[in-house]
Amino acid sequence: MVAGRMLTRHRRRERVVRTWLPIGFFLALALFPFYWMAITSIKPNAELYNKNVMPLVVHAPTLKHYIDLLTETNFLVWTWNTMLVAVAATAISLVLGTMLAYPLARMRFAGAGLIAMTVAAIYLVPQPLLFIPLADVINRLHLGNTLTSVILTYPTMLVPFCAWLLLGYFKTVPKELEEAARIDGASRLQTMWRVILPLCVPAFVSAGIFSFTLSQNEFLYALIFLTKSTVRTVPVGVITELIRGDVFYWGQLMAAALLGSIPVALLYSFFVEQYVTGLTTGSVKG
Amino acid sequence: MSVASEHALVIGSAARRRSTLAALLDRQSVFSWLIMAPPLLFLAALVGYPFLYGILLSLQHRTVGHAGTFVGLKNFATNLRDPVFWQVAANTFVYTGAATVLKVIGGLSLALAMNQHFRMKNLVRALLLLPFIVPTALSTVAWLWMLDPAFSVVNRLMVALGWPRPGPSWLGHPGLAMFSIVVINTWRGLPFYGVTLLAGLQTIPPELYEAATIDGAGGWQRLRWVTLPLLRPIILIVTLFSVIFTFADFQLVYVLTHGGPQNATNLFATYAFDIAMGAGQLGLGAAVALVMLPALALLIVALTLYMRRE
Repeated sequence: MVAGRMLTRHRRRERVVRTWLPIGFFLALALFPFYWMAITSIKPNAELYNKNVMPLVVHAPTLKHYIDLLTETNFLVWTWNTMLVAVAATAISLVLGTMLAYPLARMRFAGAGLIAMTVAAIYLVPQPLLFIPLADVINRLHLGNTLTSVILTYPTMLVPFCAWLLLGYFKTVPKELEEAARIDGASRLQTMWRVILPLCVPAFVSAGIFSFTLSQNEFLYALIFLTKSTVRTVPVGVITELIRGDVFYWGQLMAAALLGSIPVALLYSFFVEQYVTGLTTGSVKG
Repeated sequence: MSVASEHALVIGSAARRRSTLAALLDRQSVFSWLIMAPPLLFLAALVGYPFLYGILLSLQHRTVGHAGTFVGLKNFATNLRDPVFWQVAANTFVYTGAATVLKVIGGLSLALAMNQHFRMKNLVRALLLLPFIVPTALSTVAWLWMLDPAFSVVNRLMVALGWPRPGPSWLGHPGLAMFSIVVINTWRGLPFYGVTLLAGLQTIPPELYEAATIDGAGGWQRLRWVTLPLLRPIILIVTLFSVIFTFADFQLVYVLTHGGPQNATNLFATYAFDIAMGAGQLGLGAAVALVMLPALALLIVALTLYMRRE
């Protein structure tokens, strides 16, 4: 019995060392910046900029930075813009992505392989390769400082991405369903719209979440195309307008960073399983 | 011929025409190309055209608001003679290389740590992914504050532990600034590696480990001879993927250092931005961006072919 108890104690210690020590390390590393963001946003300036106060806890919490952020800056406008752009770009990308992926997954025609390769390659083209000519194109279309400029350009990354993710899922629907519909006299379009696509809702959810997240995260195009405060998105507004010359702006900045992260974090917490599945299908930008 | 029969004939041929049209639309190739046409045109207009136009721009002397003049390869020659360009090239390779090595090793450790049985595993996994899903510009701003010259929490903790005041200037010293952006890029990208590699680990059949253990293999040997060989395809894909986007990284560096101090952290993407958007030299900037193309094309082709084979 004594030997048994010693064994479990030994086991428990091994468990702490092998499991919780590394997990704890990675968790602390991943979460500390968010913790620091959160407590900074509720510290009064007197505390933030006093080096004699222990920095890791809040002594006199205040919502002043949040109130200032919402009343003195365009933060709410940026939030609205970001949502609008993300929803519109996601909708466009899902529709165009489906139109691209469906034939590639389920039809046999000459050139399918080439198109599939091209779509995969476009998905991997990073924005810095295209932003200079695109800026000129946007200018010539007189779309500078309009939300249309980013609603049109985000799908250049999102359409190939959605197509790639949907293609894999479309392939898994059994051929027999399609044949049965065809024998019943359904055209190809009817088969697609009434039979196959309704079975692929989980894939649309995954692709939609990712597109939405990527749209919220986009920075370079928004920085270049949107230079007026009232049309900016949250990341660009925060970086270009809230970082100011004087020192005492960090509380407000951290409040903005935290609030700006909440939509994505909230969506993610509801759909974490779909997110992880989408991620591990090997189809997300890192 | 009576009017009625003529009428019937007309209806008949219309129906036949309709049915031939329907039959045509029902052909797999016709249906496919018709339905793919809108997305393909969209991509041709906003990816294909800008890509070719970018090549044209790189061959022009072109400033904002002025018409371009063709100068051949002069922009590329100007870049190659500029020591800053070479510094930027070196920075980009150091940044990509260092961050990738850290992410592969760290991501593998993270995946191995997660591939054990413990309570609240799903919650832990969800929390660990946060750095990857939160908008990069916003989480990077938290790091900017954590490394602030006057109030850095990192330095205050180091000083509390006995480091001489005021502590390192994380973003102000050239070498340290490169180190900092590499660490922060790793922080952001690590969960992607960890979660993808974890999914790979979970596909390895336990019998293989049991067999290895019976054959007398210790922990390291199992890692070396069972885990790593079976994980190689997924490590390769994840790494190629992340190398492409680390190589062309923009926002993290833009937020933290703007490429400074003295270009020590300037990468191809931020440098191209400086030249094209800051100085208004569109042609020269396009040339800088296009310098990324050979390396990127190689990576993209490799990854596309590899994913296709899988």
